[in-house]
Amino acid sequence: MSLDVNVRHSVGRLRLDLDVRVGNGLTALVGPSGSGKTTLLSIIAGLIRPAHAVIRVGDDVLADTTAGIWRPAHSRRIGYVFQEPRLLPHLTVRQNLLLGRWLQRGRTGGSSLEDVSKLLNLDDLQHRYPSRLSGGEKQRVALGRALLAHPQLLLLDEPLAAVDQRHRAEILPFLDRLRRDHSLPAIYVTHTLNEVSDRADHVVELGDASASLSADAYFSRKSR
Amino acid sequence: MASELEIVWLSLKVASVATIACAIPAIAVAWLMARRVFWGRTLLNVLIHLPLVVPPVVTGYFLLLAFGRTGAIGAWLDRVLGFQFSFRWTGAALAAAVTAFPLIVRSIQLGIENVDRQYEEVAATLGARPMWVLLTVTLPLALPGILAGLVIGFAKALGEFGATITFVSNIPGETQTLALGIYTALERPGGDEVAMRLALFSVAISVVALFASELLARSLKRRNA
Repeated sequence: MSLDVNVRHSVGRLRLDLDVRVGNGLTALVGPSGSGKTTLLSIIAGLIRPAHAVIRVGDDVLADTTAGIWRPAHSRRIGYVFQEPRLLPHLTVRQNLLLGRWLQRGRTGGSSLEDVSKLLNLDDLQHRYPSRLSGGEKQRVALGRALLAHPQLLLLDEPLAAVDQRHRAEILPFLDRLRRDHSLPAIYVTHTLNEVSDRADHVVELGDASASLSADAYFSRKSR
Repeated sequence: MASELEIVWLSLKVASVATIACAIPAIAVAWLMARRVFWGRTLLNVLIHLPLVVPPVVTGYFLLLAFGRTGAIGAWLDRVLGFQFSFRWTGAALAAAVTAFPLIVRSIQLGIENVDRQYEEVAATLGARPMWVLLTVTLPLALPGILAGLVIGFAKALGEFGATITFVSNIPGETQTLALGIYTALERPGGDEVAMRLALFSVAISVVALFASELLARSLKRRNA
């Protein structure tokens, strides 16, 4: 499945203008701070409405402002892992994990709670409230919650930024398993490229001339 | 004068019914004010707060004009449903509800405004329609504000005097609530003792309500910390 994003948006000093297509696998979204990485994810997720956007996942049109189409966030099936875990504080880990499935009761298939809990090592945390979790645990739950909500696309906004070095090492292998076990396109925002350099399949660079490159092309250009 | 227990019981009934009747409309209005921008928002805000700023007697007078037996709405209710507010305990509850409503809305609105919108965004990305965002995220997280609003509203309803006596008079056993009972007792020679007992009852009820809400709010806060 491929993701097509054609967005023009400007707010304050930020100007976003890009037209990219990325395929399955992990796409690293890079660019200096203030280049609009988080804004772009919010637009794809339907949380910010830009002046112009055409967004497609496979044949599924999420937005086409030229045709007046702007699907609300709740119908886009996008698993969004924010910079901060944003676990709902009044729900247990298990309830947080299952919220998306419960909200989309009619839908079947997708990963099961057991699979995701095993993948992210969450079995012992199920009945805890988020206030009793470490930063790394919280972010693992946030990742699991996104995976369980029947996503057709994953957005990961520097999910390791709020996590210390030790827990970073604990989460990165999970991302690898994720790529292997789920054939979902995923966009991963980062400014420390080496975090994903040997994991990314594609790289999208935001900046003066935004562009999408294969990871090989991007890194060979960088190393020159 | 009605018996003291009767007065206490009637007051609890009037204040509870008024508070419960306010709950859902107050949540709806508070959510609108906290989360939506719409035409007429300021006007709605002024209308809701009117009972807070006009003398209660004026509120009672307007209620009489609207819901009295010959009032526009009152006459219709009587004719179509056979339901009357005037000189009934239900009228006392209506007067209490109208005066308590702005306080309840204010507290709930603050509670909702304090809910971080980031949580609402998360719920939306997980597939929650706006109504489900409200039910699964906004309201549970605003619960301390909702509880506080209902307790303040209950206390206000319990103490309502001016609007009640103007709208439904002071009828023992029907509309004579604690505040009216204390007033009546003080008017009578030798009624001081009764007035004091009724006053202590009303203090006790309010203190219990405040304590209960404080304990609940604390346990909620501990969980969400």
